Amino acid sequence: MKNTLKVVTRGEREIVITRDFNAPRPLVWDAMRQPEFVRRWLQGPPGWKMTACDDDQRVGGEFKWAWVGPEGQEMVIKGVNKEVVPPERVVRTETFEVGCAPQAGEQLATLELADHGATTSMTITIIYPSKEARDGAVASGMEKGMAFNYERLDVFLATNPSKPN
Amino acid sequence: MVQYRAPALDKVFHALAHPARRAMLGRLAEGERNLSELAAPLRMSFPAASKHVRVLERAKLVRRRIVGRVHLCRIEGKPLAEANRWLEEYRRVWEQNFDRLDDLLEEMKSQTVTKKPKGAT
Repeated sequence: MKNTLKVVTRGEREIVITRDFNAPRPLVWDAMRQPEFVRRWLQGPPGWKMTACDDDQRVGGEFKWAWVGPEGQEMVIKGVNKEVVPPERVVRTETFEVGCAPQAGEQLATLELADHGATTSMTITIIYPSKEARDGAVASGMEKGMAFNYERLDVFLATNPSKPN
Repeated sequence: MVQYRAPALDKVFHALAHPARRAMLGRLAEGERNLSELAAPLRMSFPAASKHVRVLERAKLVRRRIVGRVHLCRIEGKPLAEANRWLEEYRRVWEQNFDRLDDLLEEMKSQTVTKKPKGAT
């Protein structure tokens, strides 16, 4: 059974991503939170290699994901863990940098895992500082190569630019 | 191969980021329209509408020709097709990530004892 990825906007500043997994919650938690597991599935775009996958999972701890591209370009996603409640919730700030390009701003991401016995449902909620940041991120964030960051991919998927409003 | 420095795509996404401009594109998908026809449903002044069309022009999403005092606008399909291809590629990468996570979870389930690495929470 293939589980579907769903992405919707909510209110003016939020994007919500949901997906189910065919595994009990403690396993899903470990697979999503332990860096040695994360490296196994969170890959960058083709040709990019992960150079850092660090996560200090204490409150106030920093996390960092970094990739290097085929021409030596660097991409970094990093932030601070605000809440960590194993195996059900993580709240953290996130910023994104490509090469020397300045940060586009900071958002708040919440990962929640709900226990359904043999399966787990995941909900990621991202709150942008403003409506413009959320809607602008949908359009302009794409150029910076964020596909591999599922917490930002939502912004790409939440808009279908070819459909009229 | 996906290109990561793409100023042209940047302009497209900036153009699409505004709901009024998306509404204008929706109307233009039906055919050529003049600026007043684009401004009216948005209850926008002519100069404001013209400013939005200029953003769409710079993104090469719209072509404008001026006949006397009439500004005729026509949609250009190719940049939108490019943008959608970009979107699709990224969506595919993301779904592949989750497919890999599915595989890892199957592997973890099949182990009778899940080994916890040192220092794991």
